[in-house]
Amino acid sequence: MRDVCIAGIGQIAVGEHWDRSLRDMAVDAVVSALNDAQVERPQMLFVGNMLSGQLSLQENLGALVADYAGLRGIEAFKIEAACASAAAALRLAYLAVAGGMCDVAVACGVEKMTESRSDRVTTALATAADAVYEAEQGVSFVALNALLMQRYMHQYGYRREDFGGFAVNAHANAAGNPWAMFQRPITPEQFATARLIAAPISLLDSAGIGDGAAAVVVMPADLAGQPPRKPVRIRASASATDAVALHDRRDPLVLDAAALSAGRAYAEAGVGPQDVDLFELHDAFTIMSALSIEACGLAPRGHGVGLAKEGAIALHAAHPMSTMGGLKARGHPVGATGLYQVVEACLQLRGEAGVNQIKGASLAMTQNIGGSGANVFTHILERCW
Amino acid sequence: MSSSSHWRTRRQRLALVGEQCPHCQAMLFPPRDICPSCHGPAKEPYHYGGVGSVYSFSEVYTAPDAYEHYAPYVVALVQLEEGPLLTAQLTDVEPEDVYVGMPVEMVTRRLRAEGPEGLISYGYKFRPVPERVAAH
Repeated sequence: MRDVCIAGIGQIAVGEHWDRSLRDMAVDAVVSALNDAQVERPQMLFVGNMLSGQLSLQENLGALVADYAGLRGIEAFKIEAACASAAAALRLAYLAVAGGMCDVAVACGVEKMTESRSDRVTTALATAADAVYEAEQGVSFVALNALLMQRYMHQYGYRREDFGGFAVNAHANAAGNPWAMFQRPITPEQFATARLIAAPISLLDSAGIGDGAAAVVVMPADLAGQPPRKPVRIRASASATDAVALHDRRDPLVLDAAALSAGRAYAEAGVGPQDVDLFELHDAFTIMSALSIEACGLAPRGHGVGLAKEGAIALHAAHPMSTMGGLKARGHPVGATGLYQVVEACLQLRGEAGVNQIKGASLAMTQNIGGSGANVFTHILERCW
Repeated sequence: MSSSSHWRTRRQRLALVGEQCPHCQAMLFPPRDICPSCHGPAKEPYHYGGVGSVYSFSEVYTAPDAYEHYAPYVVALVQLEEGPLLTAQLTDVEPEDVYVGMPVEMVTRRLRAEGPEGLISYGYKFRPVPERVAAH
């Protein structure tokens, strides 16, 4: 296996892009990543996406994006792993380059969500769950997370308000991210009184859905170059699976796949959770943040919420998280999210995170969770110049 | 769901038929062909009694397509007496009365209808067991 770097990054602002189509957004992200890497033509393209078939009646995204990006002829694939589709695309680009199958691969994530009716989107998102034994029972994707949050509160004795720290931190950081959907802070009082979607989950526990696309160029370290390019080394790329249905898990309050993929990533990189300077976690819901933190070894079981309550996840605290707003406030275009996390981690490692810059950041971790914990991808990235 | 899909899953959806693994005795619901515990073939039907308790619950305000006119409704993870968890709606109960640990029993109810001409989907829901709830 070869050492692999991210040689270029690209993203568009997350938002309601009524003037840009699915393919337009993907092309924007791919072209800006290629320009950033100063590369003209990759050999392989991996397009992460979850909902294009359902919401845009468009599949075959690999070929479509390759063609519209001016790359007709290359190998291209659509990769689907629910909300973890984009990190899955990166994982495959990594495997292709690390394994020596190609020298330049692009991983792109794209999602178009805001032009569909909200009940259609709710139905489409529920396809991440078990269609027969979860969705057919009328359980929305939010409700699955609500079942987790209710149980967590019951088992460990927390109140709804205790989860507010995750959302408040994410919004504070999004205020400094020009690509974020919600560039404004929220208060704990706003969190406490927000409208419920599926009790105990409110609007402010939940990541806002949006349109977006992000991309990275993946190359072998020896070809990725030196400054002015700023290659970021992929120190670890790992993934793991669990049962799709919550009720089939060993213990619903333990994200086994997150723990497995983080464990594999730590072993591959030869680092531990305390070595990571920033963590872009999958804060689709505040409960997912708590469970991800516990699975990654940053807090003992039942104490993940404590990190947010104590302010330990703020930009300049011990464990900075969601440093550019996270899914919560940067916005969550589901099949693109995993690459927004990676692009944001790269911005931090390249020293290009603007007012949100974490001084001296050299090691970052991203974790992208598909479904309610069924398919989880963890990447560890390092500044290498 | 299609009509053949309803037909295929009728035993588990209408009679809570799962499996008990003949190799490691793991209790399985829903049924599957390979036991997730010991990875042996699991094809011994087991009729669950339909009694359990609420493991967790949520009141859904924003519902998917075809469930909207039921909203708000309560969904739950129910732990069957025999062990497995399953996901189902609660019925015949006020949302504010639901609590973790509430004793519940299975009933067959309409889950949704695909328009006036379409399939009506029936399946399990759970309702409180009155004599046991009273003790709470």
